[in-house]
Amino acid sequence: MEGVERVFERMVHEHQDRLYALGYALTGNRHDAEEVAQDTLLRAYRALLTYPPERVRDLKQRAWLHRIAINVARNRHRGMRPKVVELDGSEPDVAPGPEAQALDRALMNGVMSSLEALPPRYREAVVLRYVQDLSYGEVAEALAVPVGTAKSDVHRALKMLRGENDDRHDDD
Amino acid sequence: MTATTTIDLKRLGALKAPAGFADRVLANAGLIDRYARFDTVIGPVFVAWNRNGVSAAMRAKDAREFEEWFARDVRRPLLAGEAPAGMERKIANQLDGKRRMRFDLRGLTDFEQAVLMKALEIPRGQVRPYGWIAREIGHPHAVRAVGTALANNPIPYFIPCHRVIRSDGVIGNYSGGGPEAKRDILTLEGVRLNRLQDLARQGLRFEGVRSTKIYCYPTCHHAKRALERNVVWLHDAAEARAKGFRPCKVCRPEAA
Repeated sequence: MEGVERVFERMVHEHQDRLYALGYALTGNRHDAEEVAQDTLLRAYRALLTYPPERVRDLKQRAWLHRIAINVARNRHRGMRPKVVELDGSEPDVAPGPEAQALDRALMNGVMSSLEALPPRYREAVVLRYVQDLSYGEVAEALAVPVGTAKSDVHRALKMLRGENDDRHDDD
Repeated sequence: MTATTTIDLKRLGALKAPAGFADRVLANAGLIDRYARFDTVIGPVFVAWNRNGVSAAMRAKDAREFEEWFARDVRRPLLAGEAPAGMERKIANQLDGKRRMRFDLRGLTDFEQAVLMKALEIPRGQVRPYGWIAREIGHPHAVRAVGTALANNPIPYFIPCHRVIRSDGVIGNYSGGGPEAKRDILTLEGVRLNRLQDLARQGLRFEGVRSTKIYCYPTCHHAKRALERNVVWLHDAAEARAKGFRPCKVCRPEAA
């Protein structure tokens, strides 16, 4: 038992930023990002408690956690009405530092709105590959699809993102 | 352009979780302690808990004092929290002696844990001497160490270290607010302290019952039921045995 607690504590500290960024890229706001990251880790913990020690030891944590996070985000999506993204970044929760605010604004105005427009399948694939910097093998594992599918989904997504960005520029 | 798009995406990946996020996750997993203030029979008490059970309790004057005490004595991170459903009821039951709650004693040594678990066996309304705990946990000479372990009890009131007093009748130290607080709580639990101290001062430690030929600690449930005319006051175990009494199997005034 003590062993699993240690493993989990390390896991939380090592992966918290990554999972938060993933939550943000998938949901588009800080509040939901935190919930996705937190739910993911708590689910991971409940799972770890049931795993035999060898399985805990040999776990590929990064791919495993991303897979859980994708499921958490999908389930949230299913259970709720699609949310309107707050484009001005005016969240009611804790104010981030100026650096994060600047980053947020830039992202909000650009990439996030493009990501929001992608169908979930392509959004997940491209977020895992480029936001999370996973290998195609890990993307495939997290999405439970063959590697070839992961690759083509990522490329389709990039194509759509480029197209959309161009459209935006025309509109502006 | 792919380059710009992927660079923007990578920048998104540089987002950091908000301050305190890891602690909140660990607290929700029950791995770090949360605390709240509860109104109880002995007044307001701050109580800390985690997934293993209640980890600390103190009658602090405010949250800050409790946090400072916890940081000093328990030395773990601590977050304010909302009490889980039913916690208030569990606390009331524990303090009433109706039902036991789970405790987290991980930070303590095996010896300290043994002392506190033994103290939990002393029923409400009864007291035992320090030497009783020492003997019961198999360290009959470690009476002072028992005193220290009880003085460092992180969960006073809940783990009833107040039910351990000196065999000469002196109330002794109390981690939950000094000898006065100890006296108050014992009185609240129905211990007749003045009578007990009078007896102790005369060197009378045990109560023998003529009809059963059994001797007990004076606060033992069985001793209290005896008729006054059947009671014999005894100085020590040797005298008891010389007069034909055997030790009670419930309060165990000597090793059985």
